[in-house]
Amino acid sequence: MTDRNQSVADTFPKLLRERVRTGGDRPAMREKRYGIWQTWTWKDYEGVIRRFAHGLSDLGFKRGDKLTIIGDNRPRLYAAMASAQCLGGIPVPAYQDSVAGEIQYLVEHSEAHFIVAEDQEQVDKALEIREQCPFVQAIIYDNPRGLRDYDPELVLSFEALEERGRQLAERDPGFLDQAIDEGSGADTAVILYTSGTTGTPKGVVLSHENLLVTSRNAAEFDRITPDTNSLAYLPMAWVGDNIFSFSEAFVAGFCVNCPESGATVMQDMREIGPDFYFGPPRIFENLLTMVMIRMEDAGWIKRKLFHYFMGVARRAGGRILDHQSVSLWDRLLYGVGELLIFGPLKNTLGMSRIRVAYTAGEAIGPELFDFYRSLGINLKQLYGQTEAAVFVTMQLDGEVRSETVGTAFTDVELKIAENSEVLYRSPGVFQEYYKNPEATAETKTPDGWVKTGDAGYVDEEGHLRIIDRAKDVGKMNDGSMFAPKYIENKLKFYQYIKEAVTFGDQKDYASAFINIDLDAVSNWAERNNITYGGYQEIASHDKVRGLIEDCIAKVNEDLAADSHLRSSQIQRFIILHKELDADDGELTRTRKVRRRIIAEKYGTLIDALYSDQQHVEVESQVTFEDGSTGSLHADLKIYDLPGLKPMHESLAAAS
Amino acid sequence: MSERQFGDAVLSFDNVSISFGAVAALTGISFDIYEHEIVAIIGPNGAGKTTALNVINGVYQPTDGTITYKGEARTRMRPYQAAAQGIARTFQNVALFKGMNTLDNIMTGRNLKMKSNLFLQGLYWGPAQREEIEHRKAVEKIIDFLEIESVRKTVVGRLPFGLQKRVELGRALAAEPEILLLDEPMAGMNLEEKEDMCRFVLDVNDELGTTIVLIEHDMSVVMDISDRVIVLDYGRKISEGTPEVVRADQNVIDAYLGVTH
Repeated sequence: MTDRNQSVADTFPKLLRERVRTGGDRPAMREKRYGIWQTWTWKDYEGVIRRFAHGLSDLGFKRGDKLTIIGDNRPRLYAAMASAQCLGGIPVPAYQDSVAGEIQYLVEHSEAHFIVAEDQEQVDKALEIREQCPFVQAIIYDNPRGLRDYDPELVLSFEALEERGRQLAERDPGFLDQAIDEGSGADTAVILYTSGTTGTPKGVVLSHENLLVTSRNAAEFDRITPDTNSLAYLPMAWVGDNIFSFSEAFVAGFCVNCPESGATVMQDMREIGPDFYFGPPRIFENLLTMVMIRMEDAGWIKRKLFHYFMGVARRAGGRILDHQSVSLWDRLLYGVGELLIFGPLKNTLGMSRIRVAYTAGEAIGPELFDFYRSLGINLKQLYGQTEAAVFVTMQLDGEVRSETVGTAFTDVELKIAENSEVLYRSPGVFQEYYKNPEATAETKTPDGWVKTGDAGYVDEEGHLRIIDRAKDVGKMNDGSMFAPKYIENKLKFYQYIKEAVTFGDQKDYASAFINIDLDAVSNWAERNNITYGGYQEIASHDKVRGLIEDCIAKVNEDLAADSHLRSSQIQRFIILHKELDADDGELTRTRKVRRRIIAEKYGTLIDALYSDQQHVEVESQVTFEDGSTGSLHADLKIYDLPGLKPMHESLAAAS
Repeated sequence: MSERQFGDAVLSFDNVSISFGAVAALTGISFDIYEHEIVAIIGPNGAGKTTALNVINGVYQPTDGTITYKGEARTRMRPYQAAAQGIARTFQNVALFKGMNTLDNIMTGRNLKMKSNLFLQGLYWGPAQREEIEHRKAVEKIIDFLEIESVRKTVVGRLPFGLQKRVELGRALAAEPEILLLDEPMAGMNLEEKEDMCRFVLDVNDELGTTIVLIEHDMSVVMDISDRVIVLDYGRKISEGTPEVVRADQNVIDAYLGVTH
């Protein structure tokens, strides 16, 4: 349980002293070396941090200096982070798989004069950028393998620096404590560069207070105790790892376990059996795939048992976890299943002891989410950002849903902007983007609200639901939100629909262009004895219309159930006579719909969708594979969804 | 590579010949191998490269000539005696215990260093237990060195070929050899595996100071990593020297490209 008295410690180095005073012999870090888990107590951890800090200072590291850290999750790299903070410096972790050019940007932009690199691979990258970054004074490595012949003036071992630190500490014993006392909560604790899928990476500046307040809240939220064990396997440059493996560990005093190598994470997880776990959906998906493949290879008895009890789990597991009522018989069966299937399976996954696990970063598929919950693993979602020191919303135990991301986290204020964009304000809100005031002003309002760039809404129960990227979301004439990508993805989930483009922004109702999936539809046609001559013919076939109509009707049903998206139900649609194609500029090379170009090219079709026409003639340019162009003429029918009142009628009635 | 320091000759062949019946596999071969160097033995198929290795580690006895190892002329010798004297090797076709895991395979490399008897080892008691722990530590260091932690407990037969080769190197290293004989360590590997293996060979030589004699067909590997190259053809030594010298030697070019007599 977090002790509120700790709030006197307003920086990590001060908190570290507290940790050692209150539980110096408790484990702080564990690392598997030579096949055996070796433990650092908080006292050991502090010893390394202090020696290294002294050593850094001996090299000339001053208050405000930056320390770039590149490597896998290693105890010494976490210690280096804390050491820089002791001296009032700022650690800048980099993604370990970055290429030299990316590291160069980060080192240049943050003006880091010192680099801590895990091993030869990372040291080589640091040396590669030496010409562009001549201000780098020292490169310190953790693993000496292969580094014997490197320039000792520039490239130092961790041990060597610790030794220099030991000597400085003897000469000037009071120095470090004084440096620590000079620090305050408003100081920058870390700069985290966002991976930057769009444009150059931005350095998110987080203060000690940002991290400490949110970590304290989070530790309290999940009742994290010092007996907790976590596994540090996600990149250190990612805010999630910074919070879960560093900040929260310091706050709650629990033990962080570092796997032997990237390839052994599964094995190490099984050995450690963490009770606090964090992973992006991708990891949970990979695990599930692995389980399913292994089950396919298992003997038939095992396979039968697995599938039978997974059925029971789907029925009862999630409800049991949420303390909802479950029939006595199901409860009994679930107990047997736990003994035969779920228990051993969780053990194999290293998830036997998990008390709380989180997934975040992107939307998780409901089946995936429910699989883990039905096994009795308390997997929950949170919604967060680097700019918020992770936490924006979190799911409370018993209020876990797959489609929403929970309620506003402690001390977080949430609001939805006019354009449906989600905004928040919290003690964790970042200070600024390092040396980028324009971007800071764009993202953070003067009164402290941060724009997430995501569109969503808060449902009746107060849970936040993220729909789409805000820039894609429009507004219908009745004022409700229109999220084209969200609806299109729902449509494309059906095998017969290959591509969909929906319209509704500034319109009275929603409509769609549909591209059939020729493979799936021709297969269906074959089975139903439908003959056709080509793409155009099958696309305009009346029975295909019925097929697509069913898909749209199902999507509409989902949309109708959602109070915020009710108006987005698709009322009219056209099945296109040709496939949308990157060669014709209609899609990007990664098959993303280019809305603007389609709107220009098929303007007449869109106009027709919003008139009372029942068919429309179209002449469109196509580019053949050999590069020559031709034109395609078609007379397309416009279909109204049955059940919904034909729009042109209601329009006529209105006028 | 030129500024690298080597010690004294650790192994010398003086006029060594061996024949099987009428077939002369090696004829009058003489060369020295110095401490801490990497020597490659190359030559076309059937040149006698593997035979030379087999003579070094005592599988074959030379019919003529003397072998001096660490200053002493060698008499008849069995392979296990060679192993006890610090000569370890790997094989052209991996020769591991396929049904055992990586850890146990490398552990077998420690066998000659174990002092307790089979009975005590079976009981896993007292000195035997302490000894086992010591050996396990040594093996774990090798696993760390060769970066095969992730397959520590994997049965070797299920590993890809490149990794099996690495496990075999690990087993050879477990004997803490002074001379390591590698028979085509990169054969059948893809480019990435080859590069890894090269790095490990160089690291073994550099960090452990082990002398390495290797047979290899990939000339770019040979030219990159060896300090000296010995070229055999039809059981005779036709050239010897640094990679640059050997590459320019007309005899070698003729042997590889063929020449009309």
